[in-house]
Amino acid sequence: MTDKIPVTVLTGYLGAGKTTLLNRILSEPHGRKFAVIVNEFGEIGIDNDLVVGADEEVFEMNNGCICCTVRGDLIRIIDGLMRRKGKFDAIIVETTGLADPAPVAQTFFVDDNVGRRTKLDAVVTVADAKWLNERLKDAPEAKNQIAFADVILLNKADLVGKAELAEVEARIRGLNPYARIHRTERCAIPLPEVLGRNAFDLDRILDLEPAFLESDDHGHDHHHHDGHDHHHHGGLKHYHDEDMQSFSLKTDKPLDPDKFFPWIQDLVAKDGPSILRSKGILAFKDDPDRFVFQGVHMILDGDHQRAWKDGETRESRLVFIGRNMPEDKIRTGFEGCVA
Amino acid sequence: MPNARADTASLVKRTQPVRAGGAVVAIQFLQDTAVFVLGEEGLILVEHGGAERRIAVHAGAILAAASDGVRIVTGGDDGKVVATDATGASTTVGGDAKHRWIDRVAAGLDGAVAWSAGKQAFVRTRKGEERVIDLPSTVGGLAFAPKGFRLAVAHYNGATLWFPNAQAAPEKLEWRGSHLDVTFSPDGRFLVTAMQEPNLHSWRLADGKHMRMSGYSAKVLSMSWTADGKALATSGADQLIVWPFQGKDGPMGKPPEMLAPCESNVAVVAGHPRQAVVAAGYDDGLVLLVRIEDGAEILAKKPGNAPVSALAWNAKGTLLAWGAEDGEAGIVRVT
Repeated sequence: MTDKIPVTVLTGYLGAGKTTLLNRILSEPHGRKFAVIVNEFGEIGIDNDLVVGADEEVFEMNNGCICCTVRGDLIRIIDGLMRRKGKFDAIIVETTGLADPAPVAQTFFVDDNVGRRTKLDAVVTVADAKWLNERLKDAPEAKNQIAFADVILLNKADLVGKAELAEVEARIRGLNPYARIHRTERCAIPLPEVLGRNAFDLDRILDLEPAFLESDDHGHDHHHHDGHDHHHHGGLKHYHDEDMQSFSLKTDKPLDPDKFFPWIQDLVAKDGPSILRSKGILAFKDDPDRFVFQGVHMILDGDHQRAWKDGETRESRLVFIGRNMPEDKIRTGFEGCVA
Repeated sequence: MPNARADTASLVKRTQPVRAGGAVVAIQFLQDTAVFVLGEEGLILVEHGGAERRIAVHAGAILAAASDGVRIVTGGDDGKVVATDATGASTTVGGDAKHRWIDRVAAGLDGAVAWSAGKQAFVRTRKGEERVIDLPSTVGGLAFAPKGFRLAVAHYNGATLWFPNAQAAPEKLEWRGSHLDVTFSPDGRFLVTAMQEPNLHSWRLADGKHMRMSGYSAKVLSMSWTADGKALATSGADQLIVWPFQGKDGPMGKPPEMLAPCESNVAVVAGHPRQAVVAAGYDDGLVLLVRIEDGAEILAKKPGNAPVSALAWNAKGTLLAWGAEDGEAGIVRVT
């Protein structure tokens, strides 16, 4: 459905620059109109009658999933906003610095009325280049926001040296190798890098390669380049966070859907609380179509995407980002899904 | 096409079309004047057989509407609560000092009005006295009790029964989860809430006994009592669900009536004010009148391009007004 209103979730630890980015999005001459759901009034310097204050009321669904939390206030606010459909093109949800992005994301999959009229576009996280390393040590929220993100603005990049910047970027990659990282000063970034990402759109799950080779190396660059100059920095250091990791699984042997679906459903039912995000492209035996899925904790969303192309390698690939995940058990389980 | 109901008796030819021009979010009758509440700004007042009159009552979205039969009360994202009578005269009767959204409204039979903004619920008596109560979380639903000056407020993890004129602490009814709408049974014995999960919860008020009504495929967004007050009709499934409340134990241990099955879900229900008949509007635009006794159906509107979003009867039960999400609307003369 193309007429669903895209929703961008803006996260970031206190002081990283979320409000700066928001003000930039609202003030740049792009001809688009946004409804904005903010956690605190008064910080936005733009006159906009579609700015709504939120209460961040998170509650658990009574469906047996302990990690299935949603934002009740968002359901109510989106229902209200949609009465003014036609007055805005997109919705931006700003969360507090201490917020976990998962309940926001899950709201779009759990509530039918919200899901029917809006779609989650991407989770954008603003990180402070100078302080992120410290926050990753003392603030689990900051780590969640990085691990969950589709797009990360490594902001205030001008306030740290080149080596320090490479260091913090490597830390981010250790938590989340799949997000796009942009180094920014005062959140200066072309808006298409932040909005209209379709990160949760199954049709856009094309490739699950880590984003190492495609990240920008400059702040506020307006030209596209291949970004291969990373390699000249003497190679990226690899960091492994103690509790947050990501890993990928792949096989070129066709999978048996009757084994795979029960396995993945059981996996997220049991280990959903530790799995923040998951994505996959799957090749099933005797199935001409690619199957794609993506998930947030216990919620999975999947569909046939398109036919495998001639000459395309029929390879199944899954990625997981999470906290203390039972990687060996997941690997063994996945191998058992081969047809 | 089962939903076309080709063989069903039809009232479709007796429809007076109304050009709402935008989503209809609620309808209320003030005598024989149908008031169509739009998602934004305005009301359309239509006397049966007469012209349409548009009036603007809010500066933005209209988020809630209720009526006592004399006035229609609306709450908007402009932070105002506005009462409008059948002549189209509007007055602001309340609001929020901080201009927060007015999420819910209720109208009492003695001219009292209630509304909510965030975690606060307000009442204003006919004499203009205003009272406020702070709730533990955002208000999901408001309902006046059928007798006495008492308000039920639904919120997370239950509902609160508030006597605005009493000194006593409000009574708490607890049940885990998010309660999004609330209604008293007309005899005042039961309180029913609709939840975020696709089920209803009910308390017998005499002893606080719990009842859980489940089996829905979607969140229940519409509830309506039958004329005799003995049954509660609801949306939320691909048939009309009617729960029995006549016995001492209400629907405890009893299955609901399941009537008028369709290919799409029931979106809105409205009980006929005098007979055991319920109007059901479906997600595909169909509107049926369904007799509870035997499930007999009469077609009031054919399926259309958008879900039915509002239904209302006049007090005599001779007119049924309907509205849809795409702005299609009409008034059907039933007898």
